[in-house]
Amino acid sequence: MSMNEPLRPSAPPPQVGPPPQVGREKQTCLSGTGVTKLFGFGRTKTLAVDHVDFNFHEGEVISIVGESGSGKTTLAKMLLGLISVTEGDIYFQGQKRDISSSRKKQEYWKNIQAIFQDPFSSYNIFSKIDDVLLDCIRMRGGQRLPKEEKVKLMTEACSFVNLKFAELTNKYPFELSGGQMQRLMIARIFLLKPKILIADEPTSMIDACSRATILDYLMKLRDEVGMTLIFITHDIGLAYYVSDTVFIMEKGKFVESGSADAVILTPQQPYTKRLLNDVPKIYEEWDLSTV
Amino acid sequence: MRHTFRQAFSSGKFVTGFVILMGLLLLVILYPLIFRAPPLQIIAQGTFFPPGIYVSAYDSINAPTTYTLNLDGAAAKRVAAKLKDEDRVAMKEWLVVAGVPEDQIDISDAQKLLTLWAENYDPAKQVKGMTLARQRYFQRVNNAIQGLLSTEGAIIAVRQPESGALQEAGAVKQTDYVNISEVPNVRILPLGTDNFGRDVFAQLVRAIGVSLLIGIVAGLIATGIGLVLGLLAGYVGGAVDDVINFITNIFLVIPSLVLLILISFSVGQESRGAFTVAVVIGVTSWVWTTRAVRAQVISLRNRDHVNLSKLSGHSLFRIIRGDILPYIMSYVFMALILQISAAILAEANLSILGLGPRTTDVPTLGLMMQWAMIYQAHILGKWWAYFPVLISITLITFSMNLMITGLDQVFNPQLRN
Repeated sequence: MSMNEPLRPSAPPPQVGPPPQVGREKQTCLSGTGVTKLFGFGRTKTLAVDHVDFNFHEGEVISIVGESGSGKTTLAKMLLGLISVTEGDIYFQGQKRDISSSRKKQEYWKNIQAIFQDPFSSYNIFSKIDDVLLDCIRMRGGQRLPKEEKVKLMTEACSFVNLKFAELTNKYPFELSGGQMQRLMIARIFLLKPKILIADEPTSMIDACSRATILDYLMKLRDEVGMTLIFITHDIGLAYYVSDTVFIMEKGKFVESGSADAVILTPQQPYTKRLLNDVPKIYEEWDLSTV
Repeated sequence: MRHTFRQAFSSGKFVTGFVILMGLLLLVILYPLIFRAPPLQIIAQGTFFPPGIYVSAYDSINAPTTYTLNLDGAAAKRVAAKLKDEDRVAMKEWLVVAGVPEDQIDISDAQKLLTLWAENYDPAKQVKGMTLARQRYFQRVNNAIQGLLSTEGAIIAVRQPESGALQEAGAVKQTDYVNISEVPNVRILPLGTDNFGRDVFAQLVRAIGVSLLIGIVAGLIATGIGLVLGLLAGYVGGAVDDVINFITNIFLVIPSLVLLILISFSVGQESRGAFTVAVVIGVTSWVWTTRAVRAQVISLRNRDHVNLSKLSGHSLFRIIRGDILPYIMSYVFMALILQISAAILAEANLSILGLGPRTTDVPTLGLMMQWAMIYQAHILGKWWAYFPVLISITLITFSMNLMITGLDQVFNPQLRN
């Protein structure tokens, strides 16, 4: 996306109801065959991701669910191109992904972005909030815009997540609360408008009250930008709440996948059932036998 | 940045170290501005003059005004200063033979001893068993004491150019004094002179400056090399890391002193100035910084803020400068101080072995130690030639280590209270 296209002036009201792509031809935006990641060698060899195949469709919300250490984050980092793939291929929009040079990587990252788990460690403590947002404007080719224009863009992005840019300017990220930082992260994505967003447990470090807000903003952002959202979580309840397609990951493998309804309402694998059992329920006795 | 400084200066240890170091720096900067004599000028004829105030005897005699002061005990002091210890012991020996009880004789009290001597000594007395030579010796001691006790002044005479005869030009009475501020030539030598007859203090001040410069140059070189290699090895990783690690390990197994000695030796005496020595020290001591920086960077490079920076399309250089370097800067600064103090010690090591800077241009702390050692100041008991140098080296390294300990307590979360 270039700056020649007009940026959308303001957010329309969030859409309610079925996702817009239902009934349309589903286009693959990101897929992989035999994607594998191996850490270490010799006796310390660890197979983090073990020959996974996947096909993510454009505009969908995809959840990758698994317990800690199942390889979710490693897969996400491979998808982002932050770590190399030991074996297998990743295809972006039907073509084999090429991120061999830093220029190509930068081009790739215009299309795929991420929100990380821990907002407290996601920001460089030495750079101001303005720098974070200005980077996004620069990445979309807006570095030559006049200053007022940039401020307008940043203000708009902040107001999308209910933050006031005037209060944030010249502040450092660590002066914000965790929820505010994660909202700022969403504002960043709002400015970047990527095709794919990988959200790696974006709410797990946030207190329960802010959690719903963050999720709402993420969904609103998806509707606004029309991007594919890859949600990485250990919380199968949350996955059911947000996603169209669910992938269940166990020890580096996808053990079950399909539409959210199919996987969660009629689980086939014992692992999936266990994950479902682990969801705390308020009015029932907790089943701690699987823990 | 300001916050960091304020934090650092809240640590008592850091401030103490900083004050000591700044004190030394001030001395190094201010002293040459006040006393402009070149520090390596040979001023003394002879070796190892003790510390003190040197007043020109000629100028004292020719002082414009002489003052008469009648002070009690002035004569006794004069006698006490002239009466040598061996003479006192001999006097006691004679007095005991002459029948004075031993416990009444106190040789530290010159006045009493002289009184006893005057009462008891008889040059004609024959002591049984005493050789003639010994008797003559006591007679000479007696004559010397008589000379000491004289109350006459000294006569100043000038030689007549034609006849060569002496003619009285004036007299100095025992009660004559001069005001030291009226004597035109007074030289304070706070630490005396060294074996070459040079002012040790002026030399020391210059040596501290030169040694600090050597330390800073060597420290900057070592930290610079270590930082660049460590950042590359840690952040880029892979083959670059392997190669740098390989080189680092090779340097690590060779004791750096051996390397230092070999390089200094091969550089040769002629081209070995202070700067060359600093460079040699710098290029042999970067190893630990590289390792430490590499370890820090490896722990940083997978942090989310670095990932976010990558996703924001920043270049490798920008990420290292913006997202890695600021995080390890306090650590690198501590490493730099450590390198500086280590380099000062390394220079002293080399110089004591005679492989330091060549000896004609500038003094360094190590060179002063070497000179003192070669001329056996430590055996001759000329403490002022080497002890202040030792103290200076200790003070510099102590202040720097204190600063690091203070900084460590500020920046290391495990030590913070």
